[in-house]
Amino acid sequence: MANFLLIDFGSTFTKLCAVNTEAEDIIDTASYFTTVDTDISVGYHEALKILYRKIGREIEFEQVIACSSAAGGLKMAAIGLVEELTVEAAKRVCLGAGAKVDLVFSHHINKSEIRQIIEKKIDIILLAGGADGGNSENVLFNARALGKAGIKIPIIFAGNKSAQDEVADIFEEYEMDGYICDNVMPKINVLNIESAREKIRQIFLDKIIEAKGIKSIEKDIDAVILPTPQAVLEASKLLSEGYLTEEGFGDLVVVDIGGATTDMYSICTPTKRSDVLLHGLEEPFAKRTVEGDLGVRYSAPGIIKSLSEQEIKFINMEKNVDIEKEVEKRYNDVKTLPENAHDEFIDQFLAEVCAYRAMYRHVGRIEEVFTPIGKVFNQTGKDLTDIKYVIGTGGVIINSKNQESILLRTTNILHSETELRPLEPTFMVDEKYIMAAMGLLSKKDPLLALKIMKKYIRTI
Amino acid sequence: MKTIVIGVIGADVHAVGNKIIEYTLTNAGYNVVNIGVLSTQEDFINAAIETDASLILVSSLYGHGEIDCRGMREKCIEAGIGEILLYVGGNIVVGKQDFIQVKQTFMDMGFTRVYPPGTPIDNALKDIREDLGE
Repeated sequence: MANFLLIDFGSTFTKLCAVNTEAEDIIDTASYFTTVDTDISVGYHEALKILYRKIGREIEFEQVIACSSAAGGLKMAAIGLVEELTVEAAKRVCLGAGAKVDLVFSHHINKSEIRQIIEKKIDIILLAGGADGGNSENVLFNARALGKAGIKIPIIFAGNKSAQDEVADIFEEYEMDGYICDNVMPKINVLNIESAREKIRQIFLDKIIEAKGIKSIEKDIDAVILPTPQAVLEASKLLSEGYLTEEGFGDLVVVDIGGATTDMYSICTPTKRSDVLLHGLEEPFAKRTVEGDLGVRYSAPGIIKSLSEQEIKFINMEKNVDIEKEVEKRYNDVKTLPENAHDEFIDQFLAEVCAYRAMYRHVGRIEEVFTPIGKVFNQTGKDLTDIKYVIGTGGVIINSKNQESILLRTTNILHSETELRPLEPTFMVDEKYIMAAMGLLSKKDPLLALKIMKKYIRTI
Repeated sequence: MKTIVIGVIGADVHAVGNKIIEYTLTNAGYNVVNIGVLSTQEDFINAAIETDASLILVSSLYGHGEIDCRGMREKCIEAGIGEILLYVGGNIVVGKQDFIQVKQTFMDMGFTRVYPPGTPIDNALKDIREDLGE
């Protein structure tokens, strides 16, 4: 009999999930506050005690692996040349690697931008620019500017291959912590994620978790192997595609609303239609976007900022609340849990806004163009109209009394003619909060991870 | 190898000539970046910046070329590639207008070369060789 222990060190909670491989089932789950500020192992051992108590005895684990988004997660700066091309490509690679993209710069970077990299305590810089054989001048300028400024944090160069050697020389000249990978956009509008994403993961494991005080946990467990959002992305992909004989769910969307961010994942091809012309940078099959200004605690003020004065007045009038005051309360005490129906109502409302806005930014658009030879459709981004499932995860959705109402906000409720939102998906919820854990497990035993997800992710 | 960005501008979906141009210029030894149909001025310019292109060759087959191309040189200047060669060809205006005048209009808009309807790409290739100093 083999047992796995899967851990997710989150920003607020350390979540444990024990799995038995023979029974092909979850033994139990437990959680405790993350204690990364003092000693991360304290929270882990508390959670473990709770887990043992729930099981009724102490059990042995064959493997103990973890993912982490504790201590601010993975904070990256994406630098490219043109905003719609290499800047966007760099951004997508960072997001696909499970990072939070705190800074995005294009063209020549300046001193104030470099200052922001230092002030915002960026963990890793992804430096792109130029298609292969194209512009070299910009990346060379930027590499040198970062070198001159004495930037010592890890920098991944994933730009024009023709500039690789010179960039490597600059890294050496200024004694920078530089790494070279394949170009994120080798040709115009072609996206190349793998090489840079893998490098980000390696650096995260080798350096970042140590700097954040997470590495010390490895004396108690086997290893931290992924940033949490990447674990969720892996789980979503597995659940969609299936594995060997076990069928997947097909095209799906996962929405994860948290205190600080709202993450949106879509697993599908950009379009299934043959009558549309796709425009812009290639879209990844497994796409993640994260909204750092949409969340129900730390980022609740971002929700207010996204509303106009009139909208705020309208909400206050219609719902008979003071939404600004409610948001401030949540921002000032991020550990607040709803105490009464009123609190629940506000959390529900905030989550609904997060779901709506996050999908607004994630989803593709279509436009009818009238040409002399008739009507054609021009599409940018991903077409999610045919998505079969929208799955909710994260505390706010899992604990909501009206989950469907939150998930419904990802669909085309306002009958937009341009947004390609899901039309009639089935709504499901990750009730046991296991998606990150199953993403971890998928690295060891994908078939088992898939079976468990299919069992516990339920239609509402 | 010099890079040339080609594409069809505006709400124009004529793809055949575009493919012929790509084929010919690639055979002639150029790195051809084809951004395809329904392209905006910004699409051409962005691609030219990232690929360090020497020339942008704009096709327009549906008569709206003058509207679609207006301001393109100014945008190139703003984007830092003000010196780039700009060619345009196809059925760039509506109806049978005097081509000398049409050509002047596009030259005034900052285009380097302007081609009348029915020009074989081989004719333009001679100009490309000359302009790129080859």
